[in-house]
Amino acid sequence: MSPPAASYSAPHLMRRRLRGRLFEWLALASTVVAIVVLALLLLDVLHDGLPRLSWSFLTNYPSRLAARAGIAPALVGSVALIVLTAALALPTGIAAAVWLEEYARRSWLTRVIEVNIANLAGVPSIIYGLLGLGLFVRALNLQRSLLAGALTMALLVLPIIILNTREALRAVPRSQREAAYALGATRSQVVWGVVVPAALPGIFTGIILALSRAIGETAPLIVVGAVAFIAFLPTSPLDPFTVLPIQIFNWVSRPQPAFHANAAAAILVLLVVLLSLNATAIVLRDRARRSLRW
Amino acid sequence: MITLPRPDVAAPQRLRARDLRRPPRRTLRELACELPLLLAALVSIVTTVGIIGVLAAETLAFFRLVPLGQFLTDTQWTPLFLEKHFGIVVLLSGTLLTTAIAMLVALPLGLLSAIYLSEYARPGVRRVLKPVLEILAGIPTVVYGYFALLFVTPLLQALIPGLAVFNALSAGIVMGIMILPLVSSMSEDAMAAVPRALREGAYALGATRFEVATQIVVPAALSGIVAAFILAVSRAIGETMIVAIAAGLSPTLTLNPLVPIETMTAYIVQVSQGDTPQGTLEYRTIFAVGTTLFMLTLALNIVSQWVLDRFREEYQ
Repeated sequence: MSPPAASYSAPHLMRRRLRGRLFEWLALASTVVAIVVLALLLLDVLHDGLPRLSWSFLTNYPSRLAARAGIAPALVGSVALIVLTAALALPTGIAAAVWLEEYARRSWLTRVIEVNIANLAGVPSIIYGLLGLGLFVRALNLQRSLLAGALTMALLVLPIIILNTREALRAVPRSQREAAYALGATRSQVVWGVVVPAALPGIFTGIILALSRAIGETAPLIVVGAVAFIAFLPTSPLDPFTVLPIQIFNWVSRPQPAFHANAAAAILVLLVVLLSLNATAIVLRDRARRSLRW
Repeated sequence: MITLPRPDVAAPQRLRARDLRRPPRRTLRELACELPLLLAALVSIVTTVGIIGVLAAETLAFFRLVPLGQFLTDTQWTPLFLEKHFGIVVLLSGTLLTTAIAMLVALPLGLLSAIYLSEYARPGVRRVLKPVLEILAGIPTVVYGYFALLFVTPLLQALIPGLAVFNALSAGIVMGIMILPLVSSMSEDAMAAVPRALREGAYALGATRFEVATQIVVPAALSGIVAAFILAVSRAIGETMIVAIAAGLSPTLTLNPLVPIETMTAYIVQVSQGDTPQGTLEYRTIFAVGTTLFMLTLALNIVSQWVLDRFREEYQ
């Protein structure tokens, strides 16, 4: 698709062309702003944090002395939180998506659940924190524990997992289901033996996206009561905990520049974790995609 | 011609009426498979009920002690001081100020970059630009907060003398950058749905690429673009960490972007971090603020969805 030839002699054609050219540059510049900001952000964090990164930074506990402080409890807390969150949210989210996509008939109940999930996806994360505080920390009396945090996070990522899983299930061609039914399979055999395996790459990508979101979340965990200063590693789901983003927030909030360097170093660790997760997702997705053809 | 092997089919048994009435065991097993899935889907309903229940219970308890009139009309917000005032309008002004600044950044840049990606960019350029926007969308907000406080604010201070360390301007700008990918990708999706024939018709009439983009594609995709804008506002209102880190924790009724303020979300973080005892009035304020926040974002999300459904242009 290309604009009409230059020989076209409409009035003001030169001026219209020029205006178009200027607009194109403006639009390109707007897009480049995003790249420039991303580059500045990464350079800034690298510049501030890289000198502070060391093995002892990863294995030390928080300290009042910035130079001796480390992120061991935050790192372990983040990993434990994500594992627990995944264990709670993945089965529930995938099951809910399978029901909505493969079982549910058009009914008021289906409609209510769908609208509700769409709305939940738009609820600010800090509101989930208030929910976790009222429901898990207090009503269920889990205190400010890892489990309360993981339950809160599971509810937060559930709509994302459901929406992404449904999308993946929808992409499986109808013919696959019909072929399985034609062979005499029951609905559950079709769903779990044919549709879900075929949708697995898409489901997997959605899960990684949702868990990345959970790793970076700060606000709901502050409300649920993750504490910044923890001098031990959590050993049970009922222990108090901290996570990387909260440690970063704590260090950024201090006035001393030495703690800001700690925050930058912890941000580097967080970004490396997130990037490697996403890279894994992309590699696994591509590999699965190559072995699946229709 | 392929000859299929003749399957060994047993002679069809005569069906008895009893078999038709009683569901076979297989069907029962199918029902047993479906039930847990249905329960999982109902978790989302329970979540909503939980959110509304928790917010309502604590907010009602709050309003038994603080009259709704005072909450809505007082012009000071000092629940943590000895002399307590509960004017939500103070926190609301902080939220609206940072949101407005974020929108001034995110809406034009997001729309222009969507137009560029959808109408101008060659496939190779797109393949580079799209992942960059996705990475930008995936960076945790606490990292943006760091960037706002320790990079953007010092930069702005060099340009604007008298800019406070904590200010709405820096937080708003960075929040705008954070929301840019959302506006861009939603708008681009809407533009991608505009059929090629509309563009080609305009080109055939002698329109330039610029005229096609701004007079054909953008108007045709308007419902999707407006929905993206509204969703962006909702996202900005609910955003927490950037404002908690960079905009300050001083509730001020002002529209001056150069001084410290406090947003609704930042207030919730501030109280959650302290040692405010549970069950006290101070503690209940975060649920009252949370309810305000929840209703505001829910209304915007519903309007956004309504715009999408109501004004969507259907093209064959």
